[in-house]
Amino acid sequence: MPEPLLRIEGLSKRYGASVAVDVLSFSIQPGECLGVIGPNGAGKTTTIRMCLGLTGPDAGTIEAFGLPIPAKVREAKRRIGVVTQFDSLDPDFTCTENLRVYGRYFGLPAATIEARIPALLEFAALQAKATARPGELSGGMRRRLSLARALVNDPDLLLLDEPTTGLDPQARHLMWERLGNLLQQGKAILLTTHFMDEAERLCDRLIVLDHGRKIAEGTPRGLIAEHLESDVVEVYGEGAAEVARAHAHAAERVETSGETVFFYLRDASALLEALGPRHDLRTLHRPANLEDLFLKLTGRQIREDA
Amino acid sequence: MTTAASLYAAPNVTPRFWPVVLRNLLVWKKLAVPSVVGNIAEPLITLVAFGYGLGALVGQIDGRPYVQFLASGSVTASATLAVTFEALYSAYSRMAVQKTWDSILNAPIALDDIVFAEMLWAAIKGLFSCTAIMVVIALLGISRAPTMLIALPVLGLVGVTFASIALIFNAVAQGYDFFTYYFTLVITPMTFLSGVYFPIAQMPDWLQTVAAFLPLTAAVELVRPLVLGEFPTDVTRHVAVLIAYAAAGYYLALVLTRRRFFG
Repeated sequence: MPEPLLRIEGLSKRYGASVAVDVLSFSIQPGECLGVIGPNGAGKTTTIRMCLGLTGPDAGTIEAFGLPIPAKVREAKRRIGVVTQFDSLDPDFTCTENLRVYGRYFGLPAATIEARIPALLEFAALQAKATARPGELSGGMRRRLSLARALVNDPDLLLLDEPTTGLDPQARHLMWERLGNLLQQGKAILLTTHFMDEAERLCDRLIVLDHGRKIAEGTPRGLIAEHLESDVVEVYGEGAAEVARAHAHAAERVETSGETVFFYLRDASALLEALGPRHDLRTLHRPANLEDLFLKLTGRQIREDA
Repeated sequence: MTTAASLYAAPNVTPRFWPVVLRNLLVWKKLAVPSVVGNIAEPLITLVAFGYGLGALVGQIDGRPYVQFLASGSVTASATLAVTFEALYSAYSRMAVQKTWDSILNAPIALDDIVFAEMLWAAIKGLFSCTAIMVVIALLGISRAPTMLIALPVLGLVGVTFASIALIFNAVAQGYDFFTYYFTLVITPMTFLSGVYFPIAQMPDWLQTVAAFLPLTAAVELVRPLVLGEFPTDVTRHVAVLIAYAAAGYYLALVLTRRRFFG
């Protein structure tokens, strides 16, 4: 096994009485996309900040490219690209200037930066917007510019904190395509997200965080197979609660959320047959997915800080 | 990084601060025309209105026309004001509103570099402003002394001093409103106490003693003679006052900014 690009061991961070990250360990191999999913406040952003030396851990070690963080963070950051949850583009600069100025922060020679800019604009599908300022761009364009900016130093490791939050489906799909390209180029990615389809599509491996603790780790398919029944039948409507009681025996697990009942089961045929005559209820039969896994592991209740 | 020891560590500035200065310069260049127009129009109006208008009533100060006294004081006061604005409002925008500092911190540039760059940039911007006023002073014929050129590096030091002090308030601000206190309670009174508009000797003794320890007094004492073609006296003492405020201010600003980001 090659040396991991990023290795985190026993990482902990508290803020006063609350535990943000709790004895967390994971690593990322070259070319791998590791997804970190978890409810708001699970410790995703804090973990990324610690990897960048912006927050000091209370315990544990971080190594990027074999360099200890935060001691050698400046050296490590030369090979890291970051997209934060909120855009921090320079509003006074055009797209080109944003890339140029950011490239200078890495100490790159002007010629190198100028040579990279056209390719980065093309990567972000912003060639036509080279002289536009961020305020004139759509949300999707701004996120792609943020991604292009994170690539200006040709990093080996990308830390992406919710890179598609707030985007419409078109913009999100374009972003996924671009991230897929980067993985094909051999870049490693640490991705936090609230979109389970995004995690399933992009990530080779996932870790699920809750209250700063790693509560599951595996491939998206593997996690689903390990923790869930294969099928889900969702039943919506006013009589759903009564249906849940009547057919509880038909499923391995039943969950109710408002007026929706979720039956988790291996064979849905008997339940579907029984529900067939109930035209007052809408039913949806689908394979179990990551969202089911996420809700099973972290619960359905809204978090206080969400 | 969050330990008390690292919050109070000595400044660790590397050459990486320079791209941050260049970034601010690039923004300034985009807004240079209105900025320079303001830099020239404001002192032009003040010098004509107060220098000649009020000057006619005041007569002479220390054997010179009032307009010369005022102009040579205004250079310093304007530099102070320009620097303070930049290190408060503009730096705060970059730090807290636009999150420019956060994006820079994701690159291999440390907070110490950024604070140093902001301090230096504010001082540079103050020099732009001073240069514009000196041009006005020369055009109006108030003074054309070659020693004005020596005043520029001195004003650079004045800029460093006032930028450092302002960055302390930037580090603890929770919004722009906070800076009003600094202007009303610190900068404005200091301007009146430091001999910009009238000689310090006009004030009661105890206020003169206070004034002697103000950085703006030291700045005015150094810059005024140079603008008017003379050499200042007590240079060592005045420079020492400026350096003391700069060093203490910069260190305190750095510690408080570290606490804001990493504490």
